[in-house]
Amino acid sequence: MDRGNSTSRRNFLKSCLAGAVVLGARGKGELLEAADQSSAGAKSTVVIARDSMLRGGASAVDSSRILSLLDRAMQSLFDLDHPAEPWKQLVHPGEKVGIKINALGGRGLSSNRHLVEAICERLEEAGVRAGDIVVWDRDTDEMGHVGFSAATAGNRVQCFGTDRIGYEEELVTSGSVGSRLSRILTQLSDVLINVPVLKDHDGAGVTGALKNMYGVIHNPNKFHPNGCNPYIADLNLLPAIRTKMRLTVCDATTACFEGGPGYKPQYSWNHNALIVSQDPVALDYTGWQIIERKRAEKGLKTLEADGRAPRYIATAADAQHRLGTSDPRRIALVEV
Amino acid sequence: MGWYMPGAANCGPGAKRGLVSIVKNGEDPGRSSERRGAWPAFALDRRAFFKCTVMAGAACGLSRLGLPSLAIPLPAPTAADDSRFVVEARFYQKLPNKKVKCKLCPRECTVGDRERGYCGVRENRGGTYYTLVHSRVCTAHVDPIEKKPLFHYLPGTLAFSLATAGCNVNCKFCQNWDISQVRPEQVPAEYAPPPRIAEVARQTNCPTIAYTYSEPVVFSEYLMDAADAGHEIGVRSIVVSNGYIQEEALKTAYGKMDAVKIDLKAFSESFYRDVVVGELKPVLDTLVTLRKMGKWTEIVYLVVPTLNDSDSEFQGLARWIKTNLGVDVPIHFTQFHPEYLLKNLPITPVPTLERAKAIADAEGLHYVYIGNVPGHPAENTYCPKCRRLLVERLGLTARQILIRKGACPSCGQAIPGIWRA
Repeated sequence: MDRGNSTSRRNFLKSCLAGAVVLGARGKGELLEAADQSSAGAKSTVVIARDSMLRGGASAVDSSRILSLLDRAMQSLFDLDHPAEPWKQLVHPGEKVGIKINALGGRGLSSNRHLVEAICERLEEAGVRAGDIVVWDRDTDEMGHVGFSAATAGNRVQCFGTDRIGYEEELVTSGSVGSRLSRILTQLSDVLINVPVLKDHDGAGVTGALKNMYGVIHNPNKFHPNGCNPYIADLNLLPAIRTKMRLTVCDATTACFEGGPGYKPQYSWNHNALIVSQDPVALDYTGWQIIERKRAEKGLKTLEADGRAPRYIATAADAQHRLGTSDPRRIALVEV
Repeated sequence: MGWYMPGAANCGPGAKRGLVSIVKNGEDPGRSSERRGAWPAFALDRRAFFKCTVMAGAACGLSRLGLPSLAIPLPAPTAADDSRFVVEARFYQKLPNKKVKCKLCPRECTVGDRERGYCGVRENRGGTYYTLVHSRVCTAHVDPIEKKPLFHYLPGTLAFSLATAGCNVNCKFCQNWDISQVRPEQVPAEYAPPPRIAEVARQTNCPTIAYTYSEPVVFSEYLMDAADAGHEIGVRSIVVSNGYIQEEALKTAYGKMDAVKIDLKAFSESFYRDVVVGELKPVLDTLVTLRKMGKWTEIVYLVVPTLNDSDSEFQGLARWIKTNLGVDVPIHFTQFHPEYLLKNLPITPVPTLERAKAIADAEGLHYVYIGNVPGHPAENTYCPKCRRLLVERLGLTARQILIRKGACPSCGQAIPGIWRA
């Protein structure tokens, strides 16, 4: 079955130019200026791919359209014509690939299963064996509740939580806190593909790429004080995370602008978008702006005014962490 | 029934299980700090303990396997039922948007739906806050009461000592971090409802249940219920705690205790902020409140080289105790051993402990002890008036108890404490 509509590079560029949209509620702000300069070097590219017909009139995301949306996003990010090509640049046959999802939000606000299936499909096309792919989060039951049925045997994509395999005995220290890492990360993943959900977060302000790594340690509760700052940045600095994470595909098909991270229908909206980047800091900065814009639309205070500005994003970009950029002038924002 | 009993060297979740260790008086000269499982002089085997619990009329739970060391996913656990450990929390406030504010400890975590507090053992489920560790015992031992240490409370007796997972601070020197700094589902545990604990304590000749090892503040609901169950059959309860608890919870939960030991980690806010991830002031408030409640309280001060061992800190502490609690509150200056995230520091030199004691003595405190140094004369209790030896100790052993009717047999000086069961 042909699930995807491959987008040629020409069409893609056309739609990119035609679809350039201002992010942020203040007209042509810094972020757009940054997008305008996307051809300049030393920038982090963040692609937002949207499809208003992603659900085709139904409430659920359409599996073929989300594959197509993923292709558009990835081809744009890597500037390549064929859907499988970006993945061949990311991974190599024989590598074990961990896809870290987020199932914490429960039904309605967790990583979309069709999106993860689409990623797996493209990984296999890129030569990765199905049995070398593991879709995972913290808890197998939580994953099951949001549609990720456990699979732990055979030459197929593996799917289970760290609860089934445990954490390393050895402590690693990130900043001031010691943690044990998931064995899925340390032993079953050469490459990490991060698939978070774009959400408001009562403590951190925003949760996206960087905070999704709380799911790889045994004690995330010790990382929540002070709006998770600098804990999120410190955690992402760990070599096991920093060196393995090659891509973030942020699920913004349904996003949340208030009351997160749990699912609350009144504070969620169908954004019908994917945000992809190899720079998790730039991605989180971009996601933050999307949430702020939605909050403004709904008449809510900014996160800053609400005392919840996600300061960890700037910390992640500072000289001690250098995990990416939070400077909009250095973010090449592309909307397709 | 099998209790999780990590060995001395390996306290990980995969460690040997199925034993309750018993540290008997006279058999163990080890440290008196509350590291569980460190000195199992002999152990009650599983069959004996099983028999004991059956005699007590208790149901037996099945042990779960430890996790494998290799990365091979385990099959789905069968009929795992964690719901029996889940009880609505006692101290919290509901907020809009299904958030809650925990009112158990001064941290006052605001917790969103589906999230947990800093302790990791309390979870917001749809706007209701739950403890996940009621009756969820991850370690249990029969210890001498001197190991807590409580020196003025039933010396020479045993305490049935237990813990659940979790802690509301994160001390960088924690000896039991593998149970205190984990979530309950990450460590094997047994279902041990309060009446069963009380019966097992009695069957093992323990006049006291001790809530200890991790941080009992975070299992307050269980502690209260177990204390009630114990008192119904004549078994007392004591708690070994960091004292980082709100006043209402303190009065309600620790009000049920027969004695309290507070770990005062330092006498500076900076140490609490940087090493403990907590605050000093609320702990001092706890000590004052316990005093007002008339609760028998002893204080332990773990002396960490270079971090909390200055003369001024010892002096400030001693003066504060004298002014706010009185000179009869026992204080134990105990020796630090490198653990967890402070492995770069040396063991506390004995002269440092002696310096701390000398300063506290000079300030007029009556009962200043040195701990974790077996055989040191400052393990003993002396009459503050005539200096006669009253209780001779060696490590965890009370070798001679010479106090008579709560007083010095030589001069008649009243010796504060709880001396008779």
